[in-house]
Amino acid sequence: MAKNIQSLERAAAMLRLLAGGERRLGLSDIASSLGLAKGTAHGILRTLQLEGFVEQDAASGRYQLGAELLRLGNSYLDVHELRARALVWTDDLARSSGESVHLGVLHQHGVLIVHHVFRPDDSRQVLEVGAMQPLHSTALGKVLSAYDPVAHSEVMEAERRSFTGRTVTEADAFESMLDLIRAQGWAADAEETWEGVAAVAAPVHDRRRMPVGAVAVTGAVERVAPGGTLRPELIAAVRDCARAVSRDLGAGRF
Amino acid sequence: MTDAHTTGTHGTGPFIAAIDQGTTSSRCIVFDKDGRIVSVDQKEHEQIFPKPGWVEHDATEIWENVQEVVAGAIVKAGITSADVKAIGITNQRETTLLWDKNTGEPVHNALVWQDTRTDALCKELGRNVGQDRFRRETGLPLASYFAGPKVRWLLDNVEGLRERAERGDILFGTMDSWVIWNLTGGTDGGVHVTDVTNASRTLLMNLHRMEWDEKILSSIGIPAEVLPEIRSSAEVYGHAKGGILDGVPVASALGDQQAALFGQTCFAEGEAKSTYGTGTFMLMNTGGTPVNSYNGLLTTVGYQIGDKPPVYALEGSIAVTGSLVQWMRDQMGLIKSAAEIETLASSVEDNGGAYFVPAFSGLFAPYWRPDARGVITGLTRYVTKAHIARAVLEATAWQTREISDAMTKDSGVELTALKVDGGMTSNNLLMQTLADFLDAPVVRPMVAETTCLGAAYAAGLAVGFWPDTDALRANWRRAAEWTPRMDADTRAREYKSWLKAVERTMGWVEDEES
Repeated sequence: MAKNIQSLERAAAMLRLLAGGERRLGLSDIASSLGLAKGTAHGILRTLQLEGFVEQDAASGRYQLGAELLRLGNSYLDVHELRARALVWTDDLARSSGESVHLGVLHQHGVLIVHHVFRPDDSRQVLEVGAMQPLHSTALGKVLSAYDPVAHSEVMEAERRSFTGRTVTEADAFESMLDLIRAQGWAADAEETWEGVAAVAAPVHDRRRMPVGAVAVTGAVERVAPGGTLRPELIAAVRDCARAVSRDLGAGRF
Repeated sequence: MTDAHTTGTHGTGPFIAAIDQGTTSSRCIVFDKDGRIVSVDQKEHEQIFPKPGWVEHDATEIWENVQEVVAGAIVKAGITSADVKAIGITNQRETTLLWDKNTGEPVHNALVWQDTRTDALCKELGRNVGQDRFRRETGLPLASYFAGPKVRWLLDNVEGLRERAERGDILFGTMDSWVIWNLTGGTDGGVHVTDVTNASRTLLMNLHRMEWDEKILSSIGIPAEVLPEIRSSAEVYGHAKGGILDGVPVASALGDQQAALFGQTCFAEGEAKSTYGTGTFMLMNTGGTPVNSYNGLLTTVGYQIGDKPPVYALEGSIAVTGSLVQWMRDQMGLIKSAAEIETLASSVEDNGGAYFVPAFSGLFAPYWRPDARGVITGLTRYVTKAHIARAVLEATAWQTREISDAMTKDSGVELTALKVDGGMTSNNLLMQTLADFLDAPVVRPMVAETTCLGAAYAAGLAVGFWPDTDALRANWRRAAEWTPRMDADTRAREYKSWLKAVERTMGWVEDEES
C-alpha cells in the first residue's frame, strides 16, 4: 500500500479535536494543538467547511462540527419517503407519456420496484410494487449499475444471464454500455429483458447527489422505440421527472 | 407542493382555473382540457384561536390571498384571462361569515367549521327532540359544525347586528358565497349566491325542495334577508369584475368533499370516494333520492349540474387517520417521517394481536360516543413497535370498513370499488389493507388534486368546455389499483377483534367529566 495521505490524517485529527466536548475553537488553537502552520490548518478547515463537516461561527470566527457529520450516520433514505415524494411527478410522467412508470431502488443484487403507476389506458393491469427486476438488463437496473458503486460491483460479480438475443452479458461490452449511460444521463432497455418491451430510465439523486433510485417509462417496443429508435420526447420526459423528484428530495428535507 | 409540472406538453389552451378556499390555505390550480395540472399557487392564512374551542379566520385576509394565488397561478401558467374559459370554486365547508353589503367589510371574523362555541346553542335548539330535530328536513344532526347556529351566534353577539340584518344591510355566506360575491364585483354589483352543496351544510336548507326552510329559519332565529340565493353547483353565476381574470365567467361552486366526489367522477349511484388526510371523509353517490341515515351518517347534496335534478350523497367522516400517524411521529417518536410508518409496519407480517382504536375525542360515525377514548389492546410480551405501526394503519382501514358498512345498511347499495385520494394514498401497505378489509378493489386516480379538479370540471361543464359527464369520465385515469388478497375467514376473525377493541373504548369518560 502507498503511504497514508497526510492531509486526510490532519483533517481527521481536527474533527476529533472539535468533537472533544461541546466547544468551539479558533484557528490558532487548532493550529497549535496539532502543531500545524496556521496557513495549513486554515486550508484544511476551509475544505471541511465546504463539505459541511465543519461550521464557522459568524460572530466569533471560531470553528465547530458541522451538520453534515450528523447526516452521515443517519443518511438512509426511506423508500416510502421516496415514493411519497415521487407520487405527483410519476403520475404526470405516466399521463404525458401514455406508458407505465416504475420507480426502483437497489435491493439484494436486483432492482426492487417501490412504486408503479399504471399505463393510462384503462386496461387491466396488476400493481407491481414489491417485484424484483434484474440489474444488468433492465433500464432501471442499468441506471443503478452506472451510478451506484454498490450496484456496480454487484452486477459485475454476478452472472449476467441472457434473457433475449439482445441482452448484453459480456463484461467489457457491459462496462462500455455503462460509460455511455453515465455520459448521456439515461439508460434504455430495448427488448433486452422481455421480448416486445422497451424502457427508458434516469437516475434519482438525493440532496448530496447520491443515487437513491431510478425512474423508468416502460411500454411496447413499437410505441416506445418505433422503428428501433427511442422517442426523444420520452427520454426528455423521464429525465425531467427524475430531476423533479431529485429536486424534491434535496429541498424541504429540513 | 409542486409549482408547475413541466414534463410533457400541454395544449395551448383554453384552460379552467379552480380556486380552493381551504381551511388552512387558499389555492388556485389551472387545468387543461385533459384535466392535467398546468400550474399551482397556494398561500396559507392565519388560524385564529381566541379561546379554547374557538377557531376563526380573517375573511379579508382570505380574499386577498385568493386574489394573490389566482394571479400567481395564471402567471406561472404563462397565460392570460383570454385563455381561461371559466373559474370554478371549491371551499372549506360550513365556515360562516356575515358582512356589510354596502361597505363589503366583514362584521366579525369568519367562524370556522371546527369552532365549537355553538355546542350549548345546538343543545338548546334541540329542545325536547334533541340532535335530530331538523334531520328529516336537512339530513343533518344539530351539531356545532354547521352554519345555521353560527349565524345565530353572530346575530346574538355582535352589537346591533340583528337590527342591521333585519334592515337588509347584512349578507350571510359560507366561503363560496364570499369569494363569488367579491370576484363578481363586491359592493359594485357582486352576486350573492351559494350552491346546493354548501347550502346543504347550513342546517337551513330543505333537502327535498332545495330551498331555505322558513320554519327552521324562524326556529333558529335567522332573518331571510341575509341569505344568499341557492343555485346549482354548475352554472354561470356572474363574471369576474376587475383583477387578472376580468370578464371570465364564475361557473361553479362545490363544498370541498363534494368537489372531490365530482373530481373522482363518482357520477353513478353506489360510486364512492374516500379522501385520506389528517381525517378522512367518505362520500357515496345515492342518486336522485336523499337517503335517510339510521346509522350515524349525514345526508347531503352531492352536486347539481345546471337545471338537472340534484344528486344526493351519504357522508361519513373519520376524525383521526393521518393525524394518528403524525401522533406516532410527534408524540411517540416511533418514526421520523410519516412515510416511515409503512417501513416499520412492513417489517412484520401482521399486527401480532394488537389493535389500536384512536378515539382521541370520542367515537364518531357510526357510533357517536363522546364518552369513548383511545385504546391499544391485545398487548402481550410478543408485541413490538412494528406491530403497533401495523395496528395504526389497520385502524384507518377498519374505520373505513365501518363507514362503508353503514352506507350499505342505509342505502342498500353494496360498495363495488372505492376511489381514494389524499396524502395517505402514497402508503402502499395501507391501500392494500384497505382492499383486504373492504373486500373490494381500491383505486387511485392519476390526478391527486381531485378537489380542485372537481370544481374545474363543474365550471367547465357549465360553459361547455366539456360536453357532458361522459367526457369527464373519459379523462379519469387509473394510476393504481389494489385488489383484495385476504381470505374471508381471516377478514371475519380480524373484524371481530377490531369490534371488540372498539367496545373497550366506550364509557371511559364519566358523566360531564369532559
